[in-house]
Amino acid sequence: MDVLMLSRLQFAAATIFHFLFVPLTLGLSVLIAIMETQFVRTGDEEYRRMAKFWGKLFLINFSIGIVTGITLEFQFGTNWSRYSQYVGDIFGSLLAIEATLAFFLESTFIAVWAFGWKRLSAKAHAVTIWLVAFASSLSAVWILTANAWMQHPVGYTIRNGRAELTDFVAVITQKAALLEIFHTVAGAYVLSGFFVMGVSAYHLLRKQHVSFFTKSFRMALGFSLVFSVLTVIQGHMNGSHVAEVQPTKLAAIESHWETKSNAPFYLFIIPDEKNERNLVEFGGIPGALSMLAHDSPDAVVTGLKDFPKEERPPVTITFFAFRIMVGLGFLFVLLTAIGWWKRNKLLDSPWYLKTMLYAIPLPYLALELGWIVAEVGRQPWVVYGLMKTADAVSPIAASQVLVSLVAFVLVYSLLGAAAFYLLVKYARKGPPSNETDVLNQKVEGGLSHA
Amino acid sequence: MLETTWFVLWGVLWAVYFMLDGFDLGLGTLMPFLAKDDTERRIIYNAMGPFWDGNEVWLITAGGVTFAAFPKAYAVLFSSLYSALMLLLFALILRGVSFEFRGKVDNPRWRAVWDFCIVIGSFLPALLLGVTFANIFRGIPIDADGVYQGTLFTLLNPYGLLGGLLFLFLFLVHGSLWLTIKSEGALQQRAASLAGTLWIPLLLTAVAFLVATWFSTRLYDNYLKNPLLYVVPLSLIPLLAVGALLMVRVYIQKQHWWRAWFSSCVTIVATTLFGVVGLFPNLLPSSLNPAYNVTIYNAASSPLTLKIMLAVALTFVPIVIAYQAWVYYTFKDKVRVEDLAYEEAY
Repeated sequence: MDVLMLSRLQFAAATIFHFLFVPLTLGLSVLIAIMETQFVRTGDEEYRRMAKFWGKLFLINFSIGIVTGITLEFQFGTNWSRYSQYVGDIFGSLLAIEATLAFFLESTFIAVWAFGWKRLSAKAHAVTIWLVAFASSLSAVWILTANAWMQHPVGYTIRNGRAELTDFVAVITQKAALLEIFHTVAGAYVLSGFFVMGVSAYHLLRKQHVSFFTKSFRMALGFSLVFSVLTVIQGHMNGSHVAEVQPTKLAAIESHWETKSNAPFYLFIIPDEKNERNLVEFGGIPGALSMLAHDSPDAVVTGLKDFPKEERPPVTITFFAFRIMVGLGFLFVLLTAIGWWKRNKLLDSPWYLKTMLYAIPLPYLALELGWIVAEVGRQPWVVYGLMKTADAVSPIAASQVLVSLVAFVLVYSLLGAAAFYLLVKYARKGPPSNETDVLNQKVEGGLSHA
Repeated sequence: MLETTWFVLWGVLWAVYFMLDGFDLGLGTLMPFLAKDDTERRIIYNAMGPFWDGNEVWLITAGGVTFAAFPKAYAVLFSSLYSALMLLLFALILRGVSFEFRGKVDNPRWRAVWDFCIVIGSFLPALLLGVTFANIFRGIPIDADGVYQGTLFTLLNPYGLLGGLLFLFLFLVHGSLWLTIKSEGALQQRAASLAGTLWIPLLLTAVAFLVATWFSTRLYDNYLKNPLLYVVPLSLIPLLAVGALLMVRVYIQKQHWWRAWFSSCVTIVATTLFGVVGLFPNLLPSSLNPAYNVTIYNAASSPLTLKIMLAVALTFVPIVIAYQAWVYYTFKDKVRVEDLAYEEAY
């Protein structure tokens, strides 16, 4: 394999792994902040125990998210140096702003939150977790603005052999950025809600800590319900925007080969990329694709065949990733809607609790698939219409990248296994029955608590 | 002028990173020599506990600012030093998760694994950062297109290794002084005496480095060739580095630990800036041909980007410094054995 392929694999592995941990950081910080605020407002000790219990899981997850994020920032330089040099004027500044505005705030105050239970007043302590929640989402805003610029470059001109910034406001307020931010952050909030509901369901099924986990479940339920509905509605706007600015991606996500007006939407398709057609097309709704893409049943939707072969993204991957993501999105609305209906009789609905326990991985899958649609669907471009991925790679030896790729896979697998083990262990253990027990056992037993 | 301003900021960000994460990296490396049992190891972890993460963000910011202000320097430097940087990143990954993971399973083997990770994950970055910066001062073999013509081993030249040793000893002294501040009893005694012992090889390495810099780099040119107006204030930087290093010794003798640590901070910052000033206006000299040097002029971003970034940096970096200073103040007390009983302790 060449440097390009190895670097793409490495970046994909590093990003997919990193993004296993990011969404929970985004959403769980908000939920914990709400719990702690409830504690400050009502003085109900149970809310504080909730913040602590979920906080422990948050910290395990957070630590991996942090360390795997650093490698991503540095990989633009190590593996994509031509890209970095060409677009650093715009892209680099967005990353640097993220670090200065958001990442400092997040990393500094998470430590204050973790170590500050005894040192800060209850109110000040609640403020620190709100700062963490705010900073995480702010961090997402800048990173996604940078990614949106790769999807749809604006506010620049080509000068001195590179892309130079001409309009900063255009870069940070463009529709592609706002849509991407909303979609990703809302998706992350759905995932976090499902995580809390799933873990709570595990304990409710065993009838342990019932009040504690009912409260947690219901808080997460409302959160997920709101954001899963918003994600679906707003996802449609994303689709229309893609149709407008990235026609090749739209054609790929629908496996749409022939340009036509009144284009149908098929419920079921099996793409046949080699022969530029679909092997199976089933359940066509006339005009629906035109409607979805351009809000008019008569609109023309450009097919893949009207783009040069070398400018088409991989169709099969993009198509299935998109379909499964959308299907899961609707499933999340359904599951949370059922939850809302059952919210006062959770203990009497073991099948629902069991479903929610096993549903924990689904939002993870949906979010990763979303990134695959965004990134694979943008190929062969690294910056849509401006720079090809093949021109972006560093002039380095393939052997170096091969070694680092193997190291990434090994180290990340081990870390992933350790994190998974710890998350399951602490999620299963549940909260301590009361605070004094914890302290006593810590003093006697030394390390791990309770 | 914009480029020069950014060059100064670039140097300062790296210097602050070394100053802050330096004590974590030094302390992590020294853990097996300082801690005699698990309680002492935990005190060391918790002495870094509320700080290490915020410290590491200075590295992200220094890297990010290199990307934003000097994209070509970021591209050439990071791709040239590919293997060294990957090693650094993996080391920092292992170090970072060790804090969180170590205490989470009550099993000596599990803890030993993460203790090992934190030692390696602190030692390697300390060494590699020094090797890297010494090689930046010296110049690396990059051609006209900014393509690196060497290997990982090209970096391991005597001057590069001396730079690695210098950073290592700087961080080791810095870390043991921090532990002296944050601990008490036998552990504090050990940390204090280790700081004193390590100060001697630090002094020797620093002297050797300053001499070797004369022969291996062109850093002194800037101090000699500039008009007197600049030479005098600029020369204060290396003098400050040496002076602060001597003050570290004086304060160790007097057992003024905070002052010794602050002197160590000044030593690290002044040492970094000594190199950065000597480098100007280069960001990455080429050892093949000075015409291939990556300079602040051929690597800088557009004036618009530099201005926007300057506004961001001048507004938010002081805010960051303010809240991080507040965190240091809030957690300034010693870590005591009874503190380890709290649920949130590492």
